[in-house]
Amino acid sequence: MKKTVFLGALTATSLIAGAAAAATLDDVKARGKLNCGVTTGLAGFSAPDANGRWEGFDVAVCRAVAAAVLGDPEAVEFVSTTGKTRFTALASGEIDLLARNTTWTFSRDTDLKFDFVGVNYYDGQGFIVPKALGVTSAKDLDGATVCIQTGSTTELNLADFFRKNGMSYEPVPIETNAEAIQQYTAGACDTYTTDASGLASTRATFETPSDHVILPEIISKEPLGPLVRHGDNDWGDIARWTLNALIAAEELGVTSANVAEMSASAGTSPEVNRLLGTEGDLGAMIGLDADWAAKAIAANGNYGEIFEKTIGENTPIGLARGLNAQWTNGGLLYSPPFR
Amino acid sequence: MSALTDPHRESFRLSMLLSDTRYRSYTFQGIALAFLIAVMAFLGANLLSNLAAQGLDISYEFLGSPSGYDINQRPIEYDSQSTHLRASVVGILNTLIVAVLACVSATVIGVFAGVLRLSNNWLVRKIMAIYVEAFRNVPVLIWILIIFSIMTVSLPAPSAFRGEDPDSSLLFGAFAFTNRGVYIPAPIMGPGAWFVIGAFIASIIGIIALRRHAVKVLYDSGKVVKTFWPSVALFFLPTLIVFFLLGRPIGLDLPALKGFNFQGGIQLRGSLIALWFALSIYTGAFIAENVRAGIQAISRGQSEAAAALGLRPRRIMNLVVLPQALRVIIPPLVSHYLNITKNSSLAIAVGYMDVTGTLGGITLNQTGRAIECVLLLMLFYLVISLSISTAMNIYNNSVKLRER
Repeated sequence: MKKTVFLGALTATSLIAGAAAAATLDDVKARGKLNCGVTTGLAGFSAPDANGRWEGFDVAVCRAVAAAVLGDPEAVEFVSTTGKTRFTALASGEIDLLARNTTWTFSRDTDLKFDFVGVNYYDGQGFIVPKALGVTSAKDLDGATVCIQTGSTTELNLADFFRKNGMSYEPVPIETNAEAIQQYTAGACDTYTTDASGLASTRATFETPSDHVILPEIISKEPLGPLVRHGDNDWGDIARWTLNALIAAEELGVTSANVAEMSASAGTSPEVNRLLGTEGDLGAMIGLDADWAAKAIAANGNYGEIFEKTIGENTPIGLARGLNAQWTNGGLLYSPPFR
Repeated sequence: MSALTDPHRESFRLSMLLSDTRYRSYTFQGIALAFLIAVMAFLGANLLSNLAAQGLDISYEFLGSPSGYDINQRPIEYDSQSTHLRASVVGILNTLIVAVLACVSATVIGVFAGVLRLSNNWLVRKIMAIYVEAFRNVPVLIWILIIFSIMTVSLPAPSAFRGEDPDSSLLFGAFAFTNRGVYIPAPIMGPGAWFVIGAFIASIIGIIALRRHAVKVLYDSGKVVKTFWPSVALFFLPTLIVFFLLGRPIGLDLPALKGFNFQGGIQLRGSLIALWFALSIYTGAFIAENVRAGIQAISRGQSEAAAALGLRPRRIMNLVVLPQALRVIIPPLVSHYLNITKNSSLAIAVGYMDVTGTLGGITLNQTGRAIECVLLLMLFYLVISLSISTAMNIYNNSVKLRER
């Protein structure tokens, strides 16, 4: 009984911390650093480079928010979270923003009291198999042993997919991506399933990536996006519009190369002027400087630049834009207007 | 007669709560208790009010809704449409399976290693010392991971058994060692199978009765009745006779490679084996030290006296030393059993779906009901630990020295 209450006390303490952090923007400014939750290491999305500096697609979101709020893309404290610890870390106030390829679902948004600020990658769950297995479709996987990262929506999708198709399988739950890869490469499971982007990232780290194929079936919708705690709408707005600024910048042709020049003085495009703060004062409406978006874009470039640099077709990850192209190019990326 | 009457009892006064040593301890305990309750109440109220402030509540309704996930090792009927409660029960059973297996094998390993550490043979003694020191000084999580990795990497994948000239083949045509686990034949119960099992149980009872009879004859008349060969005969013959008379009602379901995996037989998953083995050898090393300490606690005079009476070394160990050593061994053994049960929660490291993996893992994640799940988990481990220590205390009372 004593132990029970002790745990309750711990939880309560963390909740107090969470409640106290209602004005996240002030906290971040006072701290001078943004605490950003990322993965424990997923090539291309968030992983430390050879010098220990965090790099990647999700990391870029953290840096953009830090640049917008604090003016310094380096003022980020990266907190590694696993699939299991990420929500507790965010709910308790340990991190201000979670950018960890997390799927936007109804229950996470409502029941778990989080706010997804947008989608930075439209993904879906897929399967990777060794070419030698001779499987060409996920429908051929009846009876297979499937490695799966525990604590994510993939577990539920997997159960649904096999049930729907009347197939059986043997799940092998794994705690981290690295362990899953170890099991998969040793042949302890026939296939590994996670988000297709994660599979591409994983495949890139294999000795001979061409020996493995990602099956064509995508069995779920996985809109991945950054999220914040429910209740602090001002902070949620900042994260949401920083992400939108990156997306809009690509659409409007603002890049890391020309952002300094374009934000120096008002140009001909009113929307670009409003975005970069040379016309009107959108920044003040969310409690930031007028050039907040310019700083966010200068940090890593616009959405397209970030994509190409971290996970695009010229990187080892080699992901095509696909659904993640601008709406003008047949994709789903569509930033609401800046006005 | 007045010498036998009690001294005059002072009537109780309130000030005695502080001044009288008989009551003072109650005073302080009462204050401490009140303080503890106040702190607990404060923390509990704090938790509830903070949860309410966040719009959350404590609710166990999720236990009744479908879990939506699958579990590989299912001692009872379970699928992804079963409830979270059922998933938790599957997890509890898996915890108990690995805990019971590991307790038994750790005890066997521990007793062997402990006795052998006192061997007169230098080599045996030193090997056992190395075993004990190596295994108890490395965290059990590392052992679990090492054993699991070794199994995964060194054993062949099921695909190695495929083809005309496979790289691997079944041991005796019945046992498959793969990196997904070990497949062993499973018995198929035909009609009449229960007669065979009944015959087997009857012969075990017969063996026990025979041994009792032998002891009784020995005590009554001093005659030694041979029991070894009759026991062996009783063990095998009746069962075999019934088995063949009934036309072999129990068959074997051999594992065979079908599709991606072996089908049929019983699969001992790699995760179960790694966890079981790691917990056994790790805790076995601790138990070995207890056994050695227990044996050394018995004074040499006991075994020398037994030797003087003409007892052989094995009988000295069995009849004189071990019964007394058990008193020293059992209390720490209880705590090792508790440790095994609690350490089995490391199962998630190798993907073994124990209760920490189901209730405290996937269910917690999918429902987001962290406080509720963790409270339930704590309750479960508390109940299990208290049950084990109660059972072991009863046993301890039955073997402890009865002072007269």
